[in-house]
Amino acid sequence: MSSEALTARAGIDMARVRAWLPAYGVYVAIVLLVLYNIFFTPYFLTWSNLRIQLIQVAPIVIVALGMALVIGTEGIDLSVGSVMALAASLIPLYLGYGVVGAILVSLLAGLGVGLVNGTLVARVGLQPIVATLALFVGGRGLALVISGGQLKDVRNDNLIFLGSGDLFGLPVLVWIAAVLVLIVAFVVRRTVFGRRLLAIGGNRASAELAGLPVQRVLIAVYVTCSVLASIAGLLAVARIQSSDASAVGLLIELSAITAVVVGGTPLTGGRVRVLGTVAGALLMQLVVATMIKHNLQPSTTEMVQAVIILIAVYVARERKTR
Amino acid sequence: MTQGVVAEPEVPGKIVADETRRAERTDRIVGHVQRQGALAVLLAVVIIAAAVFPNFRSYANTATILVAAAPPMLIALGMTFVIITGGIDLSVGSQFVLGGVVAAYASRWGLIAALLAPLLICGAIGLLNGVLIAHTRMAPFIVTLAALLGARGLMRALSSEGSTTYLVRSDAFHRLGSGSFLRIGYPVWLVAVLVLIGIVVLSRTRFGHAVYAIGGSEDAASLMGVAVRRTKVWVYVMSGVLAGLAGAINAAKLGSGVTVLGTGMELDAIAAVVIGGTLLTGGAGTIAGTIAGVLLLGVIQNMINQVGNLNSSYQQVISGAFLAVVVVAQTYLGKLRRVT
Amino acid sequence: MALLEVVNVSKVFPGVRALDDVSFTLQPGEVHALVGENGAGKSTLIKVLTGVYQPDGGELRYCDEPVSFATPMDAQRSGISTIYQEVNLVPLMSVAHNLFLGREPRNRFGLLDENRMNREAAEILGPYGVTTDVRRQLGTLALGAQQMVALARAVMIDARVVIMDEPTSSLEPREVETLFGVIRDLHARGIGIIYVSHRLDELYQICDAVTILRDGRLVHTGQLAELERLRLVSLMLGRDASQVRKEGATAFEADQHEGTGGAPVLRATNLRSRHKLHDISFDVKPGEVVGLGGLLGAGRSETIKAVGGAYPLDGGEIEVDGRHLKRHSTVQAVKAGIAIQPEDRKAEGIVAGLSVRENIALAVLPRMARMGLVSDAKIDEIVDVYMKRLRIKASSPHQAVGDLSGGNQQKVLLARLLATQPKVLLLDEPTRGIDVGAKVEVQTLIDELAAEGLGVVLVSSDAEELIEGAHRVVVLRDGVVVGMLTGAEVTTEDLLATIAAAAPEDKDEQ
Repeated sequence: MSSEALTARAGIDMARVRAWLPAYGVYVAIVLLVLYNIFFTPYFLTWSNLRIQLIQVAPIVIVALGMALVIGTEGIDLSVGSVMALAASLIPLYLGYGVVGAILVSLLAGLGVGLVNGTLVARVGLQPIVATLALFVGGRGLALVISGGQLKDVRNDNLIFLGSGDLFGLPVLVWIAAVLVLIVAFVVRRTVFGRRLLAIGGNRASAELAGLPVQRVLIAVYVTCSVLASIAGLLAVARIQSSDASAVGLLIELSAITAVVVGGTPLTGGRVRVLGTVAGALLMQLVVATMIKHNLQPSTTEMVQAVIILIAVYVARERKTR
Repeated sequence: MTQGVVAEPEVPGKIVADETRRAERTDRIVGHVQRQGALAVLLAVVIIAAAVFPNFRSYANTATILVAAAPPMLIALGMTFVIITGGIDLSVGSQFVLGGVVAAYASRWGLIAALLAPLLICGAIGLLNGVLIAHTRMAPFIVTLAALLGARGLMRALSSEGSTTYLVRSDAFHRLGSGSFLRIGYPVWLVAVLVLIGIVVLSRTRFGHAVYAIGGSEDAASLMGVAVRRTKVWVYVMSGVLAGLAGAINAAKLGSGVTVLGTGMELDAIAAVVIGGTLLTGGAGTIAGTIAGVLLLGVIQNMINQVGNLNSSYQQVISGAFLAVVVVAQTYLGKLRRVT
Repeated sequence: MALLEVVNVSKVFPGVRALDDVSFTLQPGEVHALVGENGAGKSTLIKVLTGVYQPDGGELRYCDEPVSFATPMDAQRSGISTIYQEVNLVPLMSVAHNLFLGREPRNRFGLLDENRMNREAAEILGPYGVTTDVRRQLGTLALGAQQMVALARAVMIDARVVIMDEPTSSLEPREVETLFGVIRDLHARGIGIIYVSHRLDELYQICDAVTILRDGRLVHTGQLAELERLRLVSLMLGRDASQVRKEGATAFEADQHEGTGGAPVLRATNLRSRHKLHDISFDVKPGEVVGLGGLLGAGRSETIKAVGGAYPLDGGEIEVDGRHLKRHSTVQAVKAGIAIQPEDRKAEGIVAGLSVRENIALAVLPRMARMGLVSDAKIDEIVDVYMKRLRIKASSPHQAVGDLSGGNQQKVLLARLLATQPKVLLLDEPTRGIDVGAKVEVQTLIDELAAEGLGVVLVSSDAEELIEGAHRVVVLRDGVVVGMLTGAEVTTEDLLATIAAAAPEDKDEQ
């Protein structure tokens, strides 16, 4: 009735919008962008176009899944791009032992990197950004050393099938990404590991007092993130049918963090939105695709991406409370 | 020393004094290791290199190392300030390339324009970084990652999506990059002067002490009356300006604004700063250490080149390994000092 | 003329009246003790005085003028300086740089004069007993010396009021003497000092006046010399007779002081931890509630955290049910059957962002799961049991714990502990900051749990709660067990007298 009551109500509504926007804004944005494209972009709704978009977004989604888990523990992993390069560089080397052997070796590399990152964070007690910086710097160098700095063609039918084959009318790549999304969503929601992860991100001191194996969970999270990145790396090799350690996964840490943040997972930990992360990756892909379709230069797209990242982080940033 | 209120027994006082002396000694030794570790490693590597590679010892090779180290040194100089405040600037690599392209483009209007334009543009990007970080409490790494993307976009927009390479049109500007004094390139002299200024600013001005205080404890610093926000903004502006200048010098040296360089420059700079003994968590570090860090990486690169058949990517592997070892060692050294 | 006056100041936070109509006066050259247990409103009052909080009602008067400080810097510029317990200086900078930060002497080129700074720093710090090399990193000094540097800095900037928050908690006895020398000097210079401490000996040694707060209200203010020790403690910890009559003292059963038999379920022997705990031993039998009494800073919380594996120990043994705990960690402690409720509910207890359900199930997830997969049905079962038993009021089990009232948050936390089916419960101030109704429920619950055979360790600053809730009370002072009160005839007065007893430590230890 009084003006005070009115402002109070407006205040609640504003608070609601503030809570709602970071979490669900991404879906609204996707719907709007799709509608716009349907009406104004020629050939948007063609199968071949959608297919290309999905293939391009798949590796980002896979890396972003791991990044979402790490961010859920209030961490960050800058080394994912280097891990992709490392995995990619190992594939041509071990392809002689068969596809399975080569894939296993590159996954093992991811596991190793994850163990180093996780140990530095959980046991030595370094800040995550500091701990993952060493492999961010050195990982790609190692990949280049392994590959001799050269682009190597990969001719193996099984591997090429992973990268460009179809299964039930959809690219195998997309199937793999979809399965990984389901697995990670399942792990987060239904497993002991997933719930411990959220508790550690939400309040580490409390998780420790409750007797949770905090160090073990943290190491497992960084290992998961690195292994997912190495999967993305070997799929990248399979898709372009060559291994180029200097280009694979360049700046993917930025795309992955963007997807996670745009998807509504707070950088402050304690919450992981798996579907939101997928939506975040899709949104960024759509933005780029739309701009390219409308003859905007890649340079413009990059600048727009930068602005979107800043807006997403700004909206979701932690407000200081006493 | 005491107020003489209570007559104290002799022994406990002596124990306390002994403990204090031991604590002071540990502190001094650990402090030396933290500050001069990089210098010691640099000397060792130089001695080994001089013994193994005959060519390494020549005056010409030394000049080559110094000229090659000039742009990274500028970037690392700005990065030292940023990291001491507890921040990080991932956008300097992009700003370096942008600075080069802008300088080459602006060189058609003469030397002054070629120098000023990149400083202004990169300074503006640094200002944006600083304002966002200081006033909205967004994390430095994410703000500067976005700036990395933005600066790259700007560079590509200027160079028709990276397809145009602008040649340097000003002879004076070109001479700045390629000329030399005492057979050592002008860039080295310029960088030396800027580094000296940097050392004075960091260790002998209130601004410098504010930088240390913010990185050491932001809350304490603001309670003690340090202008936290203003200092942070300036630090990122400096980082941007220095990265732009490094790009300009590089363009002057090469005679064109090359659009493909610069990926990973920010990582080399961070590695050099950290190897030089600056804490990534902020609050401690010296420019002298950073110089040692940059030269160490430069000498290692030079050695790799001397071997010839060795892949130049070993450089990155070595930086990464150094980084990991230094960061972990710093953590333990820090604990050692604290325990006493 | 009063230096600083607090007139009828109130401060309200959501759900809590942190300060309720509090007034007191600080005269120039007066050393004024401000005492009260945690949650009594001391820190809120200090924050109001130093511009961290704005009062919701009442007035601050400084040198007879009404004032309001918008920020801590404002208060500092006007001459009100605070020396916090956790030193607010920059640990990585040198002692001299800390002392002069923002006010560094400059030479004629505008550059800092390092030599002069070091020389003057050494001169300034001399009277404070800090004789170390002023170029050392501050963080490498002993805490006491750091505090002296903070004090020197505060006095250097023309402070007229110095607020000291537990200044002696990390000082060696000889450093305390130095501090008192400095305080006497400030006193002579007409500087007003607000001195927060729980060491009664010190208060009586150095303070002129005293103000006692409890539950956000002023319970006493006046000259310290006129207030005897026991009266001071009972004002801090006890309750007014009128209040007891109104609310009833506690909800504990009156006639529960029967002996309990059997081997101890928890035995702690000679627990030692640098500076904080010195050879603390006690045991708890099944069905027994053992209280830990003492003033703030006596080592109560540290003791139970150490038992729970969350506080580093330099020595000592912990046995649960006769089995010695080999590795000192929270994981091992929880496995052995120890459950700990920390004092700071928000920082170390609940996970505010997760739901009631997730919080309750947090520590027992493996039991609720098969092959790593969580069974929601099983979780719902225990969540239902404990929500009913503890009468947790939430709109649904899926509501975020952060949105609940303090009492319900505490009950969720207790439910989490009980879900682990512990043998020993360690409760640190279980009834603090929760409403009267929840308090009664929690106290009743403690009784019931003990009756079911659990061993309970209860830390409380409420004397009645300890006397009526515990079978035995172990009294700590400065990390040492100074008394053990057993038997039905123990009264609140006995407890207060033990806590208040003059410490013989000054003569014995040194």
